Amino acid sequence: MPEVTFLEALRQGLWEEMERDERVFILGEDVGLYGGAFKVTEGFTKRFGESRVIDTPISEAAIVGAAAGAAHMGLRPVAEMQFIDFISCAYDMLTNYVATARYRAGLATPMVVRGPCGGYVRGGPFHSQNPEAAFLHTPGLKIVYPATARDAKGLIKSSIRDEDPVLYLEHKWLYRRIKEQLPEGEEILTPIGQARMAREGKHLSIISYGATLWKSLEAADKLEKEDGVSVEVLDLRTLLPLDDAAIVATVKKTNKVLIVHEDTRTGGIAGEIAARINEQAFEWLDGPIMRVTAHDVPLPYAPTLEDFVLPQTDDIVKAARWLAKY
Amino acid sequence: MALPATRPTAAVPPPGGAALSADQLLEIYYYLRLTRTLEERLVALYRQTKVIGGLFRSLGQEGESVATAYALERGRNKDILSPLIRNLGSLLVMGAQPIEILRQYMAKADSPTHGRELNVHFNDLEKGYLGQISHLGDMIPVMAGIALSFKLRGELRVGLVYIGDGGTSTGTFHEGLNLAAVQRLPLVVIGEYNHWAYSTPPEKQFAVKDLAEKAKGYGIASVTVDGNDVFAVYEATKFAVERARRGKGVHFIEVKTYRRKGHAEHDDQHYVPKDVLELWSKSNDPVDRYTQRVLAADLVSEADMKDIDDRVRVEVDQATDACVNEPLPEGETALPGVYVDPPSADRLWFKSL
Repeated sequence: MPEVTFLEALRQGLWEEMERDERVFILGEDVGLYGGAFKVTEGFTKRFGESRVIDTPISEAAIVGAAAGAAHMGLRPVAEMQFIDFISCAYDMLTNYVATARYRAGLATPMVVRGPCGGYVRGGPFHSQNPEAAFLHTPGLKIVYPATARDAKGLIKSSIRDEDPVLYLEHKWLYRRIKEQLPEGEEILTPIGQARMAREGKHLSIISYGATLWKSLEAADKLEKEDGVSVEVLDLRTLLPLDDAAIVATVKKTNKVLIVHEDTRTGGIAGEIAARINEQAFEWLDGPIMRVTAHDVPLPYAPTLEDFVLPQTDDIVKAARWLAKY
Repeated sequence: MALPATRPTAAVPPPGGAALSADQLLEIYYYLRLTRTLEERLVALYRQTKVIGGLFRSLGQEGESVATAYALERGRNKDILSPLIRNLGSLLVMGAQPIEILRQYMAKADSPTHGRELNVHFNDLEKGYLGQISHLGDMIPVMAGIALSFKLRGELRVGLVYIGDGGTSTGTFHEGLNLAAVQRLPLVVIGEYNHWAYSTPPEKQFAVKDLAEKAKGYGIASVTVDGNDVFAVYEATKFAVERARRGKGVHFIEVKTYRRKGHAEHDDQHYVPKDVLELWSKSNDPVDRYTQRVLAADLVSEADMKDIDDRVRVEVDQATDACVNEPLPEGETALPGVYVDPPSADRLWFKSL
């Protein structure tokens, strides 16, 4: 089995879906001959032609709106946001138009909006964002956030095949850092709405996704080695809809929960998860539900500042240690 | 007040190039009359508090609504338009039924959106109409996407979308029009200069004189026409639609008209000068002008038009009687259909206490 990066896995997924289904097409800024800012669509124009890999003006609202119109007509657009930070320019189109279309008017809008998200890369306030919480509050959208190469591929394929609009968030820190052996010739489809048990444990659960999933795993290894604490790590993979069953199951198993995300704290998804645990598994808790998140500031640029603001492995270790002793 | 002259700025339609048969002239009259009569019925229902929420009139704008839609190819899977709140006439031309409009305004369970959306916000893509959302400008990119699907599939179909004078101030109008222009999409944009965006006049909305001037900035063909002259609007639209169908790209048609009622029925439009309103009402009503012209030219008979008036009255009566006492949707029907999967939102726990 060849080893592929997260980015290559995503690319393979897109490519396979374009080969499989001629209704699938890509639109976005610099996605054509240039191959996209991170080269996710490199070589696509040569294979699929300019009509299926469309370079657009710098117009996120038009990209998303045009994708919606094409999706109503039975096509399967995949819209790229060059950096996911710019998805806010299409916020109206996504939340008011796209997300409501099926409910208010019976309009099918099978489309994917994808783009590189996340920090730890010294990108500053406008090339590092995690926008999931801004869309979590929008019925009608689905949000997936893969952490592994396998899920990068499996979730882009499932997203393209889904009958409803999906936001696919791909962490740029994982693009070339994560490598995994993937089988050739096997269809990889990760079901939307299902979390993945990333590490089994007994004493404490960490619920995370994206880049902090890997930092959580690193922390879990350290805690096992240094403290003898057995940490379970749940990779959410899909943020909307949340996999309540998997969340409740791990709470019932370890009775202590730490939620880790890279997004800022107030109004972040950890709050929603904590509320659900409170409603569905209150009696099973042996300690408070705790959060490790970014600080509530726009993400600063200097390495010293960014490292302080974003949750680091050591932060997770310290927080888990505190909770384990509770 | 002088009527605005037709001022073509590019891609001029040939004079008298779009001849209409007597049957077509009567059909246009039918839709003009149906629009007006149906809205008058809605006013009555509004006053009886049977309309839920606001009521939006297109009085004075029926001509351009009907004429633009009439220039499209209609029928199953032909051209598609996206109407605004004052394009009831366009919807009717495309095949929406009066009873659907009545049910929508009264939020009936059997309305096209089952009580989920308001007034003309509903679709039938096979018949060729896509309902707007309230965020003005958003339908331009969406209709660009529909036109893009025509282009990608090599279908000789055209999209048509309306934007008000106020709506041209939005970012989505700009983004959508620019994308459509760059892609040379088969899209016709009708810029409705009706002089009022709620209570805001054009001079507070933009610094150009004609909306058609804006189109020049996108490198697309544009024309300004007298929006209350059904023939001028039809001809300009027909020309633009067929041009777009031939792959010649986006066309912007500015129709100069006048909104003769308030933004919605609650709005007494005190900000509109009375004498201006009276002038547009007395000397520039699109239905009156159309009637006078076809009769003066002896194109159809007065008796035929009278028959249509009677037929429309009966149709609107029957549609009203058929639905006015229908029930509203059951509360719990609010839950399904946000997604295909999961099929329904959860019923919350306190509902079962």
